[in-house]
Amino acid sequence: MDVTLRIRRYNPEADEAPHWEQYAVSAEPTDRVLDLLHQVKWYQDGTLTFRRSCAHGVCGSDSMLINGRNRLACEYLVRDAGTNITVEAMRGMPIVKDLLVDMDAFWDKYRRVMPFLVNDELPEDGRERRQSPADRDRYEDTSRCILCAACTTSCPVFWTDEEYVGPAAIVNAHRFISDTRDEAKEERLQIMADADGVWRCRTVFNCVEACPRGINITRAILEVTQEIGKASIS
Amino acid sequence: MTLLAPTPRGSIPPSRVVELDAVVVGAGGAGLYAALELKQALGPEARIGVISKLHPTRSHTGAAQGGVCAALGNTEEDHWEWHWFDTVKGGDYLVDQDAAEVMCHDAVDTIINLEHLGLPFDRTDDGLINQRRFGGHTRNYGEGPVRRSCFAADRTGHAILQTLYQQCIRREVVFFDEYQVLDLAMPDGPTGRVSGVIALRIATSELFSFRAKAVLFATGGYGKVFKVTSNAHTLTGDGMAIPYRRGLPLEDMEFFQFHPTGMYKLGFLLSEAMRGEGGILLNDAGERFMERYAPTMKDLASRDVVSRSIYLEIAEGRGIGGKDYVHLDVRHLGAEVLNTKLPDMSGFIRTYFGLEPLTDLVPIQPTAHYAMGGIPTDIDGRVLADERNTVVPGLYAAGEVACVSVHGANRLGTNSLLDILVFGRRAGLKMAEELAAAPAPAVDIEAEEAVQASVGALLRTTEGERPAVIRTELQEVMFAKCGVYRTESLLVECRDEVASLRERARNLLVDDHGCRYNTDLGDALELGFLLDCAEATVASALARTETRGGHAREDHPERDDVNWLKHTLASRDPATGEVSMAYKPVTITKFEPRARTY
Repeated sequence: MDVTLRIRRYNPEADEAPHWEQYAVSAEPTDRVLDLLHQVKWYQDGTLTFRRSCAHGVCGSDSMLINGRNRLACEYLVRDAGTNITVEAMRGMPIVKDLLVDMDAFWDKYRRVMPFLVNDELPEDGRERRQSPADRDRYEDTSRCILCAACTTSCPVFWTDEEYVGPAAIVNAHRFISDTRDEAKEERLQIMADADGVWRCRTVFNCVEACPRGINITRAILEVTQEIGKASIS
Repeated sequence: MTLLAPTPRGSIPPSRVVELDAVVVGAGGAGLYAALELKQALGPEARIGVISKLHPTRSHTGAAQGGVCAALGNTEEDHWEWHWFDTVKGGDYLVDQDAAEVMCHDAVDTIINLEHLGLPFDRTDDGLINQRRFGGHTRNYGEGPVRRSCFAADRTGHAILQTLYQQCIRREVVFFDEYQVLDLAMPDGPTGRVSGVIALRIATSELFSFRAKAVLFATGGYGKVFKVTSNAHTLTGDGMAIPYRRGLPLEDMEFFQFHPTGMYKLGFLLSEAMRGEGGILLNDAGERFMERYAPTMKDLASRDVVSRSIYLEIAEGRGIGGKDYVHLDVRHLGAEVLNTKLPDMSGFIRTYFGLEPLTDLVPIQPTAHYAMGGIPTDIDGRVLADERNTVVPGLYAAGEVACVSVHGANRLGTNSLLDILVFGRRAGLKMAEELAAAPAPAVDIEAEEAVQASVGALLRTTEGERPAVIRTELQEVMFAKCGVYRTESLLVECRDEVASLRERARNLLVDDHGCRYNTDLGDALELGFLLDCAEATVASALARTETRGGHAREDHPERDDVNWLKHTLASRDPATGEVSMAYKPVTITKFEPRARTY
């Protein structure tokens, strides 16, 4: 089938402002939007710029705004996207070129929540630490995050306040706060209780809709606030 | 132009020359584990840098699904010696047994260490790391399947990648995200000391010279040389092609694994864990055909055996509707197993095929998955320059880019993750040990100027062929003529076609002449790497006149231990461009080669 792809292009080296370009591509209903972007880049205009790697929704490189919603280009098929498809960069981060955004601030926020297990005491028998399946399940959902930024860049609070850590960072804080093996819970809760932390969330649920992994982000945020309450952190 | 915020993450400011103690190229499991061990061994002051052409969490380790094997014995009796035997047999006896012994023995300690680092393994009711079955892994030297694979649902690689990246952040490893490595600094030639790498900062197209006393290549594989592959777009063999261009050899390149259950036409994987949990393969008649080919292990025979069986079914007209695929049947596994143990796989089937795994059969075909071959190394990651095992000082390799050789002619499922972990870790420790005595890094001005010139030339092109056109032809010819089944005449054609594509690639068209995130330039550079890997692969496949593991020659259908119980080393003379083969013996310490049945 013939598909019209409208892409919001912007190369600050050459363009004064972002503008829309239209491309005609031929596609199968089972093609991914990423396949169409490749068609343009590989055979029509090599300057089109975007990130991608695994092409099947596990590496988190290619989240972008497609038909008005944040999605992974490699997970959205033409049969669902239709024959008129619009693609633009995620919102709330500086556009570096076309569909590629500057993610430095995103990674800095990820780092801010201490996204690593802290526990240097090892079991005496030299074996694994024990953890019950039920305790393991508490962070199952949030350990699935692929850091694609689809949630954070769909959050209206983040759009208006760039200091807000944003849903992705909270998801990754939750993953460790909920892990019975971790010993830095208080420190992490303190970071979450900061002015730019978890209280900024207005439960708009955009993040939940945007997450390609189907993580229940708003619930994770709520659980972090409950933990802050339990720990009596102000 | 305004530069972006400084890209090098950590304490080192951006500069055209970066001085480090050690530099790791590639931020998958092998590179990250090495960096972590380096930092832990040398202390917080050590300047350990990781260069990646991606953001580290995009690395393809994250796509690994089913698990990583270690004989923990958590759910039934198991011994690392059994794992060792399975690895040797799975590799069709081309495995260096001393290396495989190290891997299977170290596996237990390594998995425990990963748990200590925070990896979210699935647990048994007792709280231990849970384990499940996987292809080719047996109890008591082949008696039947054993539960050996440790897993985090069906995204074990994702869990490994995240955990190691997180711990590297904790230990303040310095990351250089989105830098494309283009050459080694080796001012004294291919056996002289390596003293750094030259890389392109993708954000700005600036060339950086990273100077270090030790360099680890952990850049992964080159599956993108084939038309149907499970590999990411970024797996273009960069780390193999660079030393090959310098005249260093690549080992056992003819052995490429085709994974049986690629999603039809798309190529990416449905984990072997689907069969580990009880899924079976069916032909057009609805017959469970693996019972004929592998009566004991059936659908869980090793991957080369299953992939070839699927090809034979298709060749004999028993593909679905006579086409080039068969069915994977997981309907009987039930909603509980599909949703909790295989949730991502079930999601793939729904998203990309619009099928429901509980009620529908899933179309699958073998897909190019894994390079058993690569840069020859010893068990500590040190790169070897020739068949006499001469060490290249300062250069290390680990993971899929390397050939230790623990996989021999065919890698067992889960052993890729184990390889990156055990040998990434060992390489890091060896680098830490050898750094103290290493001299200050020498500068390779010649290499820096050559890279500058070649990148500059590409940026100035105004006519030529698009990289994608040549790449697509390369992928098609490699899949058709150097794929699951090979013959001399097909390989000769393939060799000549690859040579002509290499010639055509001297005139590439790069549309994008800008400096900012020039991924068009990146495509052109990556095509060059792919072509070099293809050349070495075809030369090695042509040389080996036998069938063994992942290398099936229709014109030489039997394994030939008399003549071919040896490794191939393909190298190209940088001066003449001639490709030549050398050989070195397989190390056999315990398991004498036997006929291989499953």
